[in-house]
Amino acid sequence: METITLPRAALIVSVLLLAAFPLIAATFYVQLGAKILIMAIFALSLDLLVGHTGLVSLGHAAYFGLAAYVLALISPKYEAASFWFTLPVAMTAAAAAALIIGFLVVRTAGVYFIMATLAFAQMLYSLFHDTKLGGGSDGIYITVRPDLTIAGIKPLDLEDPVQFYYLALLSIIAVYALLNQVLHAPFGRALAGIKANESRMRSIGYPVFAYKLGAFVLAGALAGLAGYLAACQFGFVNPEILAWHQSGAVLMMVILGGIGKLHGAVLGAFTYVLLQEVLSAPTLLGTYAKHWQLALGSLIVLIVLALPHGLAAWIERAGGWHKRKHVSGAAQVSHD
Amino acid sequence: MTEAILQVRRLSKNFGGLAAVDDVSLDVEVGQLHAVIGPNGAGKTTLINMLSGDLSASAGSILFRGTEVARLEPERRSRLGVGRSYQKINIFPGFSALENCRLAAQSREPRPFNWLRSAMSYEAILTNARQALSAVGLANQADTGAATLSHGEQRQLEIAMSLATDPKLLLLDEPLAGMGTEESSHMIELVSGLAQTHAILLVEHDMDAVFRLAQVLTVMVNGKILASGSPEAIRANREVQIAYLGGADDSL
Amino acid sequence: MFYLIQLLNGVQYGLLLFLLASGLTLIFGIMGVINLAHGSFYMVGAYLAYWLAKITGSLWLAIPLGILIALALGLVLEITIFSRLYKRDHLYQVLLTFGLILIFEELRSILFGDDVHGVAVPALLDYSVRLTDTLSYPVYRLFITAVCLLLAGAMYLMIHRTRLGMMIRAGSSNREMAASLGVNIRLLFALVFAFGTALAAFAGMIAAPISSVFPGMGNQILIICFVVVVIGGIGSINGAMIASLAIGFADTLGKVLAPEYSGVAIYLLMAAILLWRPQGLANKT
Repeated sequence: METITLPRAALIVSVLLLAAFPLIAATFYVQLGAKILIMAIFALSLDLLVGHTGLVSLGHAAYFGLAAYVLALISPKYEAASFWFTLPVAMTAAAAAALIIGFLVVRTAGVYFIMATLAFAQMLYSLFHDTKLGGGSDGIYITVRPDLTIAGIKPLDLEDPVQFYYLALLSIIAVYALLNQVLHAPFGRALAGIKANESRMRSIGYPVFAYKLGAFVLAGALAGLAGYLAACQFGFVNPEILAWHQSGAVLMMVILGGIGKLHGAVLGAFTYVLLQEVLSAPTLLGTYAKHWQLALGSLIVLIVLALPHGLAAWIERAGGWHKRKHVSGAAQVSHD
Repeated sequence: MTEAILQVRRLSKNFGGLAAVDDVSLDVEVGQLHAVIGPNGAGKTTLINMLSGDLSASAGSILFRGTEVARLEPERRSRLGVGRSYQKINIFPGFSALENCRLAAQSREPRPFNWLRSAMSYEAILTNARQALSAVGLANQADTGAATLSHGEQRQLEIAMSLATDPKLLLLDEPLAGMGTEESSHMIELVSGLAQTHAILLVEHDMDAVFRLAQVLTVMVNGKILASGSPEAIRANREVQIAYLGGADDSL
Repeated sequence: MFYLIQLLNGVQYGLLLFLLASGLTLIFGIMGVINLAHGSFYMVGAYLAYWLAKITGSLWLAIPLGILIALALGLVLEITIFSRLYKRDHLYQVLLTFGLILIFEELRSILFGDDVHGVAVPALLDYSVRLTDTLSYPVYRLFITAVCLLLAGAMYLMIHRTRLGMMIRAGSSNREMAASLGVNIRLLFALVFAFGTALAAFAGMIAAPISSVFPGMGNQILIICFVVVVIGGIGSINGAMIASLAIGFADTLGKVLAPEYSGVAIYLLMAAILLWRPQGLANKT
């Protein structure tokens, strides 16, 4: 099968580098690193939908934000909540929302799907912004980070940025491994078939709706994981976490990085967050730094016009990486 | 006489005021090849689309192995045993020929949401896929990208994909379209072999092939059945000759 | 008769929405481009109204000037950017137009700041009409309603009764055929796009006195436009009209029944339609 993931050697080296990073970097960069890893999880979850199933969701922030809000809402005001309780609850909430919304939107196709996903995310935004459910536009604080204590031992203290970073790293490794497994399993192959030729998949007997919905729910759950971690790190949740800028940003990460390749999503997240940091820092643009989105927007327009297949494909070509064939001989021809 | 595996009764399709298919009834039995012929616009493709589920019927019934399928989606009909090949080539061009068939065979796997094993580890599915490729003569092209196969080979792949789903009824929509003479004769041999073990409904324009392969012929004109019967009876039928076979066509 | 006021507001809102959504759905139906920046044109119109009214002193002067500027903007954008998007995947159209939104938002912030601005209702229309003993209704809102209806009628006539409309319909259903028959597709698309842009800007201009001019106004209303298109069907002007009015009513109902949750009412309507007819109201199966 075509490489949808990096060669094993590259993966191991990347993980080692990422693990070594906090040992040499200042606290600010460790926190930035954790933020990038969390965004990468978010991007990976969307890539499952966009890159591997062909479902372009413009409302993925709904599940990201919902999980964040759930954590904020069920956390006690001045104590730490239990990580092992709040995480499953938050992810289940995100998955449940994805199930309900997915049931409604997966029945639409093409552009309708794009617009409907955006609309439902906006509905959740309106809900949290206009009502008192989540503290309205003021948001909610999470004063103490969740506690990882289980059976008396505390493997990581989330108040320490370095240990939080390692939690983020472990999470992304788990998510990447899970998605890699899913994509090579029959379910993932079926998703690839649906992306390639949906009507043919139906005529050979696949209940396409069920598969798409399954992908949608899984993507929602994983986005929830990212949202949970983001809320943990930031300590504050407000409606902007569900805003369509957030949905647009993560979609940008996926497309910029190159859809359909897991490492592309990670690369896209990395690039986007770094771009954001660099462009908004006063050192580069001076007083115009607060208008960094102008530079970002222009860059995006230029990239779309100039690079039709995203950064990952461009780097691959520039670097001359080889495509691997799977040992069993089922070779999938790469398509442009 | 065994009961027909496919029983179509009074099937119709209306588009606004136009009846593309009007009150069509026919039977297909296992081991039989039933060909549907007629001029362009006669409604043949609409008929096949209604049988496979790609198009909904306006009225009528379709009984497949005793089950009413006229309101079922294509995927359910496929799982009941209906296989279909398309007039316009409808494969997965980005995958290898083997992967095309493997996906088709995988559709029969009872636990679709299984994440624990790699797809390639399911030996039974791979075997089915390879068998389907062999049956159509593409065994040595298993690893070739489907997009790089020749037109005739792609048509063979179309049929292999349907075979990989282990169908009882095959709906073949112009499998010979755009083929040269050698490719055509391969395809005719293939279909002839399949006709022994499956029920086949064949829509075709190639009269040579039709008269060689079919045990039953149905002629459609303007959405309605003009005549139906054995090849000899149809050939001798005056109305059919005038409406379709007569005049410019001298391939008889 | 509080409800009557809300109803009138709902109709006016729905019709304004129609102006915006019809441009979006036309551009989509004819050129196959999904344009997230369509809301930005609405915002551009509103800010143009504010700025031009300030320098000319009259909204009546500002509007025609603004329309001309918007037409020019639409043409420039079409020629430089959008014409390259027609053949691209929706994914990239979404991405690029998202980038455009960012650009427009920041330019707006640089040029006009982030404050909320007001635009005065023109003196001619700045009075209310008595409906009942106790309630009166602003004439300006009735004016907006009338203008929208006029434009809707004009659009319908143009598309169904003129040669230009025929060319548009032909171009949307079969580009190559229309081109080979002598229709200048390039020019047609450029004109349609410019027209859609100007329509959006015009909606922003006439809405400015009642909605104020503020950051993010374009994005807010764009998403509602998307709901209109989902419900009404892509490319369908009739569908856009029905859907816009339905949304106007739903919004009104929401404000009357549960003001805190009124923002959600529109999306619930969409959810209901999706359950019932996923292909949209105007499209037949």
